[in-house]
Amino acid sequence: MAEEQNLKTLIVEGARYKTSFTKKFENRVKWEKPNFNHIYSFIPGTIIDIYVKTGQKVKEGESLLMLEAMKMHNIIRMPFDGKIVKIHVQKDQVIPKSYLLIEIKPI
Amino acid sequence: MSLRSNILDLRKRKKEVQKGGGDKAIEKQAKMGKLTARERILAILDDKSFHEYDLFVEHSAKDFGMEEKVLHGDGVIIGTGTIFKKPVCIFAQDFTVAGGSLGLAHARKITKIMDHALKMRVPLIGINDSGGARIQEGVNSLAGYGEIFFRNTLASGVIPQISVILGPCAGGAVYSPALTDFVFVVENISKMFITGPSVIKSVLGEEISMEELGGAKVHAEITGNAHFYAKSEHECFEQIKTLISFIPRNNKGKAMPFPKKTPKKDFNIEEIVPMNPKIPYDMRDIIRSITDGSEFFEIMEHFAPNIIIGFGRMDGETIGFVANQPKVLAGVLDTDSSDKAARFIRYCDAFNIPIVTLEDLPGYLPGVDQEHAGVIRHGAKILYAYSEATVPKVTVILRKAYGGGYIAMNSRHLRADFVFAWPNAEIAVMGPEGAANIVFRKEIAEAEDPEAMRQQKVEEYKQKFANPFVAAGQGYIDEVIEPKQTRSMILHALKVSENKDISGPKKKHGIPPF
Repeated sequence: MAEEQNLKTLIVEGARYKTSFTKKFENRVKWEKPNFNHIYSFIPGTIIDIYVKTGQKVKEGESLLMLEAMKMHNIIRMPFDGKIVKIHVQKDQVIPKSYLLIEIKPI
Repeated sequence: MSLRSNILDLRKRKKEVQKGGGDKAIEKQAKMGKLTARERILAILDDKSFHEYDLFVEHSAKDFGMEEKVLHGDGVIIGTGTIFKKPVCIFAQDFTVAGGSLGLAHARKITKIMDHALKMRVPLIGINDSGGARIQEGVNSLAGYGEIFFRNTLASGVIPQISVILGPCAGGAVYSPALTDFVFVVENISKMFITGPSVIKSVLGEEISMEELGGAKVHAEITGNAHFYAKSEHECFEQIKTLISFIPRNNKGKAMPFPKKTPKKDFNIEEIVPMNPKIPYDMRDIIRSITDGSEFFEIMEHFAPNIIIGFGRMDGETIGFVANQPKVLAGVLDTDSSDKAARFIRYCDAFNIPIVTLEDLPGYLPGVDQEHAGVIRHGAKILYAYSEATVPKVTVILRKAYGGGYIAMNSRHLRADFVFAWPNAEIAVMGPEGAANIVFRKEIAEAEDPEAMRQQKVEEYKQKFANPFVAAGQGYIDEVIEPKQTRSMILHALKVSENKDISGPKKKHGIPPF
């Protein structure tokens, strides 16, 4: 039967069940271990200003860039003492949520 | 003036106001594939039963040139009528009048009919087709919405509240339907969202159409905001009437009884469920094999289809069914299916509808996404709803009842009134595979052929624990029954439960894990 051929396998506690999947289940986002050297946008918006340059050493808490979102100016700050590896955005760029802004590394 | 001329004057006035926004606007409404507010009301209610109130209400706004504007009925029609000869209160927003926008007078008409419905203890049907708040009326529009939301909440669990989305329903306006019991949507016509596509584009740069953002399908499949999805307005109206036939008029009564019917012969209950617990089947066939005329009115068919909820009749009485669906995601409980079932259980409990639970599930859906989506707090809702419900509660375990899933699906421990199990049922702390891997870990690891040993231990566990007799031996199952007895046992259980009367400790209200 065509329907049986389309069945998928779902493993629950070691048992393999023949069943079908929902669209929502198939589209679920795979979890990835967060990389603390990648700074992503937490909200969509516009890059108003960038305060650092590639290769620059930055102390924890110093401003990296300003992201305007929902009429608010949000300062994105350095999470730890480190160095700017790469800047992925430009001034005035409109970016979505979870967009890679800056790569850093600790020193 | 003679009485005759007074009457003629009245007729003339009515005729003019009943045209709403006028011929041009009505034509525009038809071009969008939509019926007018009046046509909708007349199509839902019994023939010639509709009586309109507040036809001549007008707004008193003075700003932004509003004083010059005449808005017939202020963009909403309210009134009373009957469905199956039983009274209902109804309102329909009229998109032809200022886009059905909500001003103070408009809101007052709606709250008037809501108050009426609550006072008279009759169902309320609201038809939404509105551009949103009437900006010219400022904070008065917001006050109007708030007054509606408050009444939705007050009436919740007292009278059935039905929302029909037949046009845009955007911004704050969406919260009235969200607070009601059942939301109906129609393909290409219904649109619900908090923030529209244009704002999303200008603020976030994301481009999406209204249909993709908050169309009928989105709410029926993804968000779970809608309970019934139809391809046309007329199909939607038929669904509303069917629903009304299944539910009582208020929380003091019972749904109207129907003539008793036997299930159709095409559903042979013994041939539906495969013996192998890992092979799926359509649980709806089981429901149809025990309901009168094999009829089943499914609710939220497209959302979280791994659990099935809906109404059927047994010996003419309305029953609420909650059933795992092995055909989708093996019938697991997850965030969405727990939400879906829990709200339905509370509906049945509020409106005196007995609940029959048909159980066949492997447990909860594993995955980081589920854990992070809050499967703990969502899953808790189903436990809460079953435990709290005082209507007659009957459970039949058809095949698998493992672990937390066994407890959640209206087990004896949550105060099911009757629990039956089929002889092939596996009631255990977990499935044989999982259990054998843990209990016999050492034996399996040390065996010469671990896979063969695993199979042997799985089989051993199955024989010893994966059956209904361990639970029956503890009295957790009242009776192990033959599949063919399912309908008669449920009917008997419901008969015995007819005068069920229990009450818990006195409290203002519980704190369910919303």
